[in-house]
Amino acid sequence: MPAVSKGDGMRGLAVFISDIRNCKSKEAEIKRINKELANIRSKFKGDKALDGYSKKKYVCKLLFIFLLGHDIDFGHMEAVNLLSSNKYTEKQIGYLFISVLVNSNSELIRLINNAIKNDLSSRNPTFMCLALHCIANVGSREMAEAFASEIPRILVAGDTMDSVKQSAALCLLRLYKTSPDLVLMGEWTSRVVHLLNDQHMGVVTAAISLITCLSQKNPDEFKTCVSLAVSRLSRIVSSASTDLQDYTYYFVPAPWLSCKLLRLLQCYPPPEDGAVKGRLVECLETILNKAQEPPKSKKVQHSNAKNAILFEAISLIIHYDSEPNLLVRACNQLGQFLQHRETNLRYLALESMCTLASSEFSHEAVKTHIETVINALKTERDVSVRQRAADLLYAMCDRSNAKQIVAEMLSYLETADYSIREEMVLKVAILAEKYAVDYSWYVDTILNLIRIAGDYVSEEVWYRVIQIVINRDDVQGYAAKTVFEALQAPACHENMVKVGGYILGEFGNLIAGDPRSSPLVQFNLLHSKFHLCSVPTRALLLSAYIKFINLFPETKATIQEVLRCDSQIRNSDVELQQRAVEYLKLSSIASTDVLATVLEEMPPFPERESSILAKLKKKKGPGAVSVPDLEDGKREGGELNGGGERGPDSAAMSASNASTPSPSADLLGMRSAAPMSAAPTSAGSLLVDVFSEAGPAAPSAAVNDDGFLRFVCKNNGVLFENQLLQIGIKSEYRQNLGRMYLFYGNKTSVQFASFTTTVSCPGELQSHILSILRLNVQTKPVEPVVEGGAQIQQVLNIECLTDFSEAPLLNIKFRYGGALQNLSLKLPVTINKFFQPTEMTSHDFFQRWKQLSQPQQEAQKIFKANHSMDTEVLKAKLLGLGTALLDDVDPNPENYVCAGVIQTKGQQVGCLLRLEPNGQAQMYRLTLRCSKDSVSLRLCELLAQQF
Amino acid sequence: MMRFLLLFSRQGKLRLQKWFTPMSEREKKKIIRDMTTMVLARQPRSCNFLHWKDLKVIYKRYASLYFCLAIENQENELIALEVIHRYVELLDKYFGNVCELDIIFNFEKAYFILDEFLIGGEIQETSKQMVNRSIEASDMLQEVRCAGTHSHTQHETWLASVV
Repeated sequence: MPAVSKGDGMRGLAVFISDIRNCKSKEAEIKRINKELANIRSKFKGDKALDGYSKKKYVCKLLFIFLLGHDIDFGHMEAVNLLSSNKYTEKQIGYLFISVLVNSNSELIRLINNAIKNDLSSRNPTFMCLALHCIANVGSREMAEAFASEIPRILVAGDTMDSVKQSAALCLLRLYKTSPDLVLMGEWTSRVVHLLNDQHMGVVTAAISLITCLSQKNPDEFKTCVSLAVSRLSRIVSSASTDLQDYTYYFVPAPWLSCKLLRLLQCYPPPEDGAVKGRLVECLETILNKAQEPPKSKKVQHSNAKNAILFEAISLIIHYDSEPNLLVRACNQLGQFLQHRETNLRYLALESMCTLASSEFSHEAVKTHIETVINALKTERDVSVRQRAADLLYAMCDRSNAKQIVAEMLSYLETADYSIREEMVLKVAILAEKYAVDYSWYVDTILNLIRIAGDYVSEEVWYRVIQIVINRDDVQGYAAKTVFEALQAPACHENMVKVGGYILGEFGNLIAGDPRSSPLVQFNLLHSKFHLCSVPTRALLLSAYIKFINLFPETKATIQEVLRCDSQIRNSDVELQQRAVEYLKLSSIASTDVLATVLEEMPPFPERESSILAKLKKKKGPGAVSVPDLEDGKREGGELNGGGERGPDSAAMSASNASTPSPSADLLGMRSAAPMSAAPTSAGSLLVDVFSEAGPAAPSAAVNDDGFLRFVCKNNGVLFENQLLQIGIKSEYRQNLGRMYLFYGNKTSVQFASFTTTVSCPGELQSHILSILRLNVQTKPVEPVVEGGAQIQQVLNIECLTDFSEAPLLNIKFRYGGALQNLSLKLPVTINKFFQPTEMTSHDFFQRWKQLSQPQQEAQKIFKANHSMDTEVLKAKLLGLGTALLDDVDPNPENYVCAGVIQTKGQQVGCLLRLEPNGQAQMYRLTLRCSKDSVSLRLCELLAQQF
Repeated sequence: MMRFLLLFSRQGKLRLQKWFTPMSEREKKKIIRDMTTMVLARQPRSCNFLHWKDLKVIYKRYASLYFCLAIENQENELIALEVIHRYVELLDKYFGNVCELDIIFNFEKAYFILDEFLIGGEIQETSKQMVNRSIEASDMLQEVRCAGTHSHTQHETWLASVV
């Protein structure tokens, strides 16, 4: 039966489509379209009123033209007119046009909404469905405002037809996603949950999407759905393949609904009720058993539907992560799929195993498949499968197999597809660092990486190797020797030259004893690469040369000669020229002592999270880089990095800033930290008064100050974390200046849109503290979008003008899947951050103590201990406070005495502190005396909550 | 949820586009370009899944047409593949041996059928009978009946024949 005879063939439309198809060229097509547009326009503008059929035909033609990719700027009104036609097909075309084109023409929205309203109240199910489809398709805020309260009513009304219920459920879901604030929970919510029991499978299928989304946002309110979902699932799983009639798909009963049910259960922890849990475990076991049964059909649809359920069940098992039995069975099942002849299944098995690898119960079981996975990496024809294999190797890597995996990945890199090389490089770099037991292996690996895939080695990777070499003195000699050898190659990658230049400049002396790598040989080797390099690398090499002059006085003449030649000292690049001139001058006038001080070896880098990880997170969704794995990496990375609590040594830092005339490649952002000490002059241009931006308006979100108190005695850590967002903080203070780095991590796989942050200082603080908000564009351009799994950084420069007690507020707004998130946090900027420790003798202390004897200068509190009273813990806290902890001052050795000066711009406030613990009573007495009474009070308040 | 569904020919000609979240015309054009180049470049007998930005792209070829469905990251690929197949079956049932030309000449019907099957990127009804019943019912509501404007030529391959 020819299909179109069923439809209401619009002859004119068919002719037009044929004409377009017969056009021989794009020009001919455009000409034909313009002719048609002119025709339609004249019809619409004509005096003669068009009948419904013609209107429908022309609107449909316009729609066709639009879908071909041409702009349409008229016809909307005619389409809206069609909506109120009482002929179904006219109405239908009108709605289709609106659904496809409406967001470009929203001034008609009122008219459209009116038509929708009429259809919704028409009680004609077909019309109601059309209207609901339209709302779901457009899903605009205006529509949500108009219908968000109406649709739940339709959904749960007793007399609503099933098909309308289905449309209403999904329509409501759409509105909830765009405007969650407009969809109010109410009496209908409990009735929605019970749709899981509905007799009509179609209704359950539609409703469960809505329920899943609502449960994710309001888990407690929808808790009852767990047991309902389990019993529904159990009925489906145990039904015979024919029981469900048309809901059986290629002998698989209700595969879509089963997957949805399993997905819904993943919004919750395992059921607490033993009976429910037993029933669920039974279901999961049945699903796993069915995978072993012979297929009921040879059709791929059968196995796809069956395996879809199986994979969803495995996801649930992984989500629960509490049934070792099921986990291992899941792992074995996936292991079978790894060798399946269906590419799709191999792909999915590799993908699911990545998540299994992070569970402690199944990590070992996953590892047994290492050979198969390596083989997949080598032999799969399809690059997407190879990529999954690489992801899995990364996920299953641990100390026991790191060397093997890294070696395999390196050898794969030689032939890897261009599209995935950069990511592979990052992964190798991370694994090498994370599992390095000996650092020579680490250095070898990274240099190999540069050799094999130099173009794909991003700055983060080679910065990191330098950072690690500088922090580990046991590897420096080896590194120098290895880069020296690597540079011997006739053609070596520019990144190798960078690493080589940096490392020889710092540690060339460690291999200078060998005549084969004498200073001059080293220099000549480096300089032979110079002319092939880009400007930033040359700049770095010039810095290496001046360091050579310091390390090896015998090279001075040669290097000065090089610096003096026209191609350096008159180089057209201003940076190179300046370096050449300055270094030449420095080397000629400075005494060896001065030179040695200025060009001293780089101090160890402060411990920080590997920037490579951040980069990988940004590149990949969290799917591939499992989060616990990353956390682990951070920890171990730190360990390798020198470990311990080595705060940034600011004195050394400023010295190094002078000494290493910041290699134009800004190593790990050290340069951006420099102005800290460099002082207010340069800060001036960066300072932006927050008040002009944020205004004093009170943020609407409730202020979250949970994290705040934890930061009184420390500067780094996680300030805030929920399911979507993690905010980490690093801060440094010097005198009355501070700098705070805020790290916003998107924990979801969905991007945050319209991401904005504002910092405001409430009340009295406004006149006191200037928080300076600046986005660090150099290292990470902060866009209003934070991609899923990515982290962005924001820098806050803080200047304390005078003492204060209210903390600044950070307000964060963003859209997550259409829902506006609003968050206010107290930033942990407290007055004690601006302490300078003051050492003094017992005599001085008591003299000062007596001087501060006016009653208002003293603040005292007696309070119960909330934390451990352990001496070391207390000492650490008092030191973290920023004051000097004075020994042998207080006659009672149990007591603690501290002294410090708070630096504000206007004045200095001297503070003395005495803390008297009483172990027996688990009490403290805290006394503060400060030269300014408000400071005593505030400090006392803050500290009383710390011990 | 599903984010969008595209149908395009082997030559990269777009035959149907359905967007389940609001998007600017510019974004749409970029996605269409990305999808067609990416999918058309795939070797035969590769797997049907791709990662694209934070989405999973599921595609399958039926005769001369590619069906390309983007889903969110935590969604199930295999079941999405069967969403495509079920849609092809629905088209086939309605048109009777559906081919690319049916979709070109009756694009509005292809949209209507899709609306009965999926709403807002979620499945509304999986039963073939139920979907067809609603489509047939709406066809019944029509007043004008015209003769067909084209019939299949032998050059057109039926989509479902490769099913």
